[in-house]
This record gives sequence, structure tokens and C-alpha cells, in this order.
Amino acid sequence: MNTKSIMIVGVGGQGSLLASKLMGNLLTACGYDVKVSEVHGMSQRGGSVVTYVRYGQKVYSPVIETGEADCIVSFEKLEAARYLDKLKQGGVIVTNTQEIDPMPVIIGAAQYPNDILDEVKAKGVALDAFDALELALQAGSAKAVNIVLLGRLANHLDIPIADWLAAIENVVKPQFAELNKTAFMLGVNSVEAVG
Amino acid sequence: MKKLLIGNEAAARGLWEAGCGVVSSYPGTPSTEITEYFSKYDDAYSEWAPNEKVAAETAFGASLAGQRSCCCMKHVGLNVAADPLFTLSYTGVNAGMIIAVADDPGMHSSQNEQDSRHYAIAAKVPMLEPSDSAECKAFMKLGLELSEKYDTPVIYRTCTRIAHSQSLVELEEKQNIEPKPYVKNGQKYIMMPGNAIRRHPFVEERTAALTEYAETAEINFEELNPQAELGIITSGTCYQYVKEVFGDSVNVFKLGMVNPLPVKRLQAFATKVKRLVVVEELDPIIETHCRNIGLTVEGKNLFGYLGELSQSKIAAAFGLQAKPFATTNTQVPVRPPVMCAGCPHRGMFYTLAKNKITVMGDIGCYTLGAQAPLNAIDSTLCMGASVSGLHGFNKAGGTQTEGKTVGVIGDSTFMHSGITGLVNIAYNGSNSTVIVLDNSITGMTGHQQNPTTGYNIKGDPAAQINIEQLCRSLGINRVTVVDPYDLAACEKTVKEELAAAEPSVIISRRPCVLLKHVKTAPPLTIAADKCKSCKRCMQLGCPAISMKNNKAVIDKTLCVGCNVCKQLCAFDAIGGNEE
Repeated sequence: MNTKSIMIVGVGGQGSLLASKLMGNLLTACGYDVKVSEVHGMSQRGGSVVTYVRYGQKVYSPVIETGEADCIVSFEKLEAARYLDKLKQGGVIVTNTQEIDPMPVIIGAAQYPNDILDEVKAKGVALDAFDALELALQAGSAKAVNIVLLGRLANHLDIPIADWLAAIENVVKPQFAELNKTAFMLGVNSVEAVG
Repeated sequence: MKKLLIGNEAAARGLWEAGCGVVSSYPGTPSTEITEYFSKYDDAYSEWAPNEKVAAETAFGASLAGQRSCCCMKHVGLNVAADPLFTLSYTGVNAGMIIAVADDPGMHSSQNEQDSRHYAIAAKVPMLEPSDSAECKAFMKLGLELSEKYDTPVIYRTCTRIAHSQSLVELEEKQNIEPKPYVKNGQKYIMMPGNAIRRHPFVEERTAALTEYAETAEINFEELNPQAELGIITSGTCYQYVKEVFGDSVNVFKLGMVNPLPVKRLQAFATKVKRLVVVEELDPIIETHCRNIGLTVEGKNLFGYLGELSQSKIAAAFGLQAKPFATTNTQVPVRPPVMCAGCPHRGMFYTLAKNKITVMGDIGCYTLGAQAPLNAIDSTLCMGASVSGLHGFNKAGGTQTEGKTVGVIGDSTFMHSGITGLVNIAYNGSNSTVIVLDNSITGMTGHQQNPTTGYNIKGDPAAQINIEQLCRSLGINRVTVVDPYDLAACEKTVKEELAAAEPSVIISRRPCVLLKHVKTAPPLTIAADKCKSCKRCMQLGCPAISMKNNKAVIDKTLCVGCNVCKQLCAFDAIGGNEE
């Protein structure tokens, strides 16, 4: 198979690290060659954070460039729009509809573009937007928003649900496994019509 | 067993498998995790040193005593460790020794994008450059072997994309490496002129021997496609980008050792291709070498000197069509990193900005004090420059600047290279005020212990340097401790110390709010009926406070109840977490 490229984007502190760890574990267990890449450091302080996940027969570059991502999973609305240029033609964006104001908006130097997802959709992009935070709270913790999003993503990938659940057990502490599996399945089963 | 590891974890594994016994490092993105992961092995010694020079010298001492050793640092850290490096090249080693350095092309988390390969050339030591995690592990092991075989420290050069990318690694057993006996040998280890003069020919002979090694080494290899006219010489992360673009459709010469470079093999490769291109990030090191050995090559004319390369940049340079993509017409507001809600640095920076103080900055989380709306920093150069730069600023400015200029430096950075600057202030007598922003941890690199925290790399109790006593012992008579959550105290202290007619140190002390043991208070709320929309609280640049419907509101999920904004509100609108 050709190399598949998935980007996980969000705001520092939203839990993208666990999401990428889970995907790495999952894809390795599936027998793929895998590269998972993220930048540590400054970006952790509330800045925009990006993780690249690539898998297939043989993966070379650890990064995903303009027009290359099969899927973008976004923890926040604005971040989905920020990385739109990375999406491959025919790719899909899975995004949480949560809004987190960046500092230029907080201090009034910029406006939060509330209808940004409409604009993304108007570009003909397959957009799968939903309130992942609400489902995470339903599962029992706002922190599970990352796993809810991965559940939603699972609908767009050809990987058996059982493998995902096994990966959750592998990377999450035992006392949180049930909560995260619940959150994951809420994400899987939440799909309405995709963009 | 194959495991998915970031390059830095694989490097740590390689050190351990090769029986490395001592690792001493100073944290610096993107090198930090090598030492963090190595510290998890309980059958080897590791530590955070106060700076990279100390770390390199510690690794030298360990090598001399007979244990394989390593020191890790970011690219600018090698500037600090350059002094031991250049003479280590002359002494050579006893047991194997690695200097691991992580470059940061694109400056994800750095103040410049210097190319460390210049150091290997200048110091005449070999340099290995891995291109994925498997090579990170393998090159650490090979590096220690080469170090012993050729009697030289070996530089292991990584970069952000290799250090922080996970790929599959085959784990192996730990080798049984016996410590080497220490044998006194002044001619080799005492680098005074008479001995050093005799060691220099050895260094030149070693480079010749290593060049011979480069001609046959398996880590330098060709991937040929007889149908193709194009030949690419590359190394490290660029090799992956080249393969991403071209797969097996071109000829590739991949260099695992980037100093010294082979001659005959590259010349032979050139005869197999019609067009020869060097793909390398930053400076034209390989390209210049190729020209020096008589090859006609392209390189920087296609790629330039700036930032990281990538598959799309390489494709564009070869005239390949870009992949189609969409963008929004609406400008997406940038999301820069910010000081966290409850960051103890905020209160002090607000005080400095409010009083229009000129601030000589330093390297750490608190560099974010330069961002809007605080805009509280005037310069950031390198580790320690806040203190020594302040001294120079005040020597030049005299009474014009002394009363309204400070230097700010974190606790770890102060240990790293702030102390010597303070010695200069005391000794050469500038009327300077230094503020140590003591958040009791090395923050920006992700919470490493340091000599002021009272804990070592494993989290066990350790000796704790007392910053107050240290400053007093250097001859600073005025040393004050202030809580940055108390704005009135900050302002009073800053004004008093700037007005004083002698050097002073203010220790702005409160632990990083992200530390697990730090207890935070319930979030604050703003009473909408009391808020007059004056936006005074907005001047703090706290990510938890924003304006909604022209009233200030606090995000409960972010606020940690530090009460700094509450002290600013003239209308008593902020509260809600009283006992």
C-alpha cells in the first residue's frame, strides 16, 4: 500500500501526545512501517501543536507537507483551518468544534473567525465536524476528548475496531482503560452524514 | 523485538547497549530526551550538569577513568563546550566518548540555526549523523567503538526531525564492556605546549586514518539506479526527504559519517551520474568538500541556506509539480506559545512593563515575556547574557541607565552561566539589578532538575544551592526575595533596588505552576455587573482571561486562581475563590 499520512493538530496541553502514542502503538501492532513525528519545546506552551503520523510498507519522510495528508484530526476549529493546505485532494478533516482563543484574539489584535468551518466546507473538503468535548464529558472526563476524536477517525481508516481497543489497553493506565474505551466507542458511533 | 522510539530514546538505548557508564548533560531542545531516557537505566550513571562545558569535562573524566561516556547538548550548547572539545581532540580518550549535539534547523526552539558540522571540521574529530531511530541507536554504538579504535571523541549529530521522530528500532542486549584501566600518561593527557606539539601530528594522522575509514565504512553507501542520470549526495534527515521524493528512481550516495568525508568514493560516484546534486540543510559542508575534490556539483544554488528542507522543497527545487491543496481566504489568527495561566513570571514582567524598565533577557520560558501584551524584554542573546549584558549596558549608560534597567534570568540559566556575570558586576562594580526568576525547575525544556531544586536527575534528594547565600558570597549585599504573585511587593522591591546605590539581586521566587506538587487555587470569576470593561486585567496577557460581549471573562478550565488579575481590578469585579 502507499504510505498514509495523518496529521493530529491542536493546542498545547490538549492531549495530542497520548493520541499519537496510541496511533503509533496501533499501527506498529498492525505490522506497518511507522513514523510519528512531533516538535517539542516552545509549542507546548499553549501554542499550535502538530503531530505527523505516517504508515505503510516503507515510510521515509517523518513530516507531512502541503497537499499530502489523507486525514487531519483537529482538536480545535481554528487549527483545522490552519492546516487545511496540508490536506490531500480527496482527504478528510475530522475536527472538534471547540473554540480556544489564541493570544492575538484574547488581546483584541485579531478576531476569531467563527464561520471558518463553513469556509473550509465551501472549498469542497470532506469535513467531519462534531462536539467531541460533549462526548468526552459523557464518557466521564473532558480529558478524553483526544480518544473521542480517534474514535471518529477510526471510521475513515481501514483498521478493525478491535485493534484500536487493544491499543487503548496497551497505552492507557489500567484504571483509565474503561473510560477511554467508552470515549472511543462514543466517537465511533457518533458519525452522522460526513460532509 | 521492534519498538517505536523517538530518535533520542533510541540514542539512549544505543548508549546503554554499548555499555556507556556515565552520561552528563545540560538540557536543550531537541537533545534533552537522550539523557532523560538514559536516566531510566539504573545500571549506569547519569546527571544534569550545570552547563555543557561541565558536562563535556565530566564525560572526559569518566572516559579517562575507563568508563564509556557521553555528554548531550543542543547546538548552542556546543559553543559552551567548545573549549574542552578542541583540546579533547588532542588528548583523545581512554574509554569511548561521545559528544551528542542536536541541531535545530528551522529554529523550532532556538535562537539561531548554526550548523554543528563546522565544529567537527574545526576540532578535527569524526561526526556521525543518523537518519532515523534505528541509526540513532546504531550510530551511538558505532561511535563508541570508533572513539576507542581511533582514540578520539566522536560527535553524534542529530536534528529536530530525527531527535523527535519515532520510527522502528530492533532492541538488542547490553554488551558486556569491561572498564579500561586508567594509566597515567602525561604526554597524552597533560596538554601543555611541549606535549600538545607532539599530539598535533597524531591528530592529523588520525584524520587521514578516519578518511580511509570513510572510504570503506558501511554507513556511507550508494543506492544506484543505472537508468538514472541524476545523482544525489545527502545525509541525515535530508536522505529521508530525497527518498520520499524519488524513491529508487535516482542514484543516491548516503553519508552516515559527515566528518571526515570520503574522497575516492564520492569521485567514483560522480563518474556514474550526469548531474550531481548535494542535498543538505544549513551550510554547504558536503558541497564545498565535493568542489574541493574536483567535482562539479549543485546544491545551495537550488536550496539556499535557510531553515529545514522537506520533500516538497526538494521536489520544487527539481522542478517537480507541487501537490494541489486548498486554503481559506480568511486569515487564520496565529497561535504563538504563551506564558501559562498562573505562570509565576507574569507578575514580575507586568511590574517591569508597567514601570517602563529596560530588560536584558535570557534563555528560558520567560523569553515569552517579550510577547504582546507584556512586551517586557529588550534583548535575548544567549545563556547568561542578561547578567553580563546588563553590566555592559550600565557601564556604558552610567546613571542614565542604572536606575531603570534590569537583567532577568531563570534559576537554571543562572546556574548555567549567570554566576560569572554576577561576579563581574560585583568585581567591576556596576550599579546593576539582576532579577533571578526562580521557578525552581528548568522549565522550557520540560521540567529538568537543576542545582537549585534540591533533587537530582532521578528525582532523589540532592544538595541544593542557595541562591541568596551564593549572591551574598560573591559580594552582593542587597539580596531580596519576593513573591511574583504579590504585585505590590514586586513593585516596591523593584523600585527600591533600582534606587539603591549598589549592585543588587532580586529573587522572584515561586515554583512553576505546571509542577505536579504545586497546589493551585480554585478558578476566579469576574462579576459581569461590576466589570467596567477597562481591560486592565487584559494587560497581563493571561490566556485564561478574554473579552466576551465587551466584558472580561475567565476560562475556568485554565485559571489556577493565582490572584494576580484580582490585584489589578479597580472595581473589585474579580473574586470567587476566597476561603
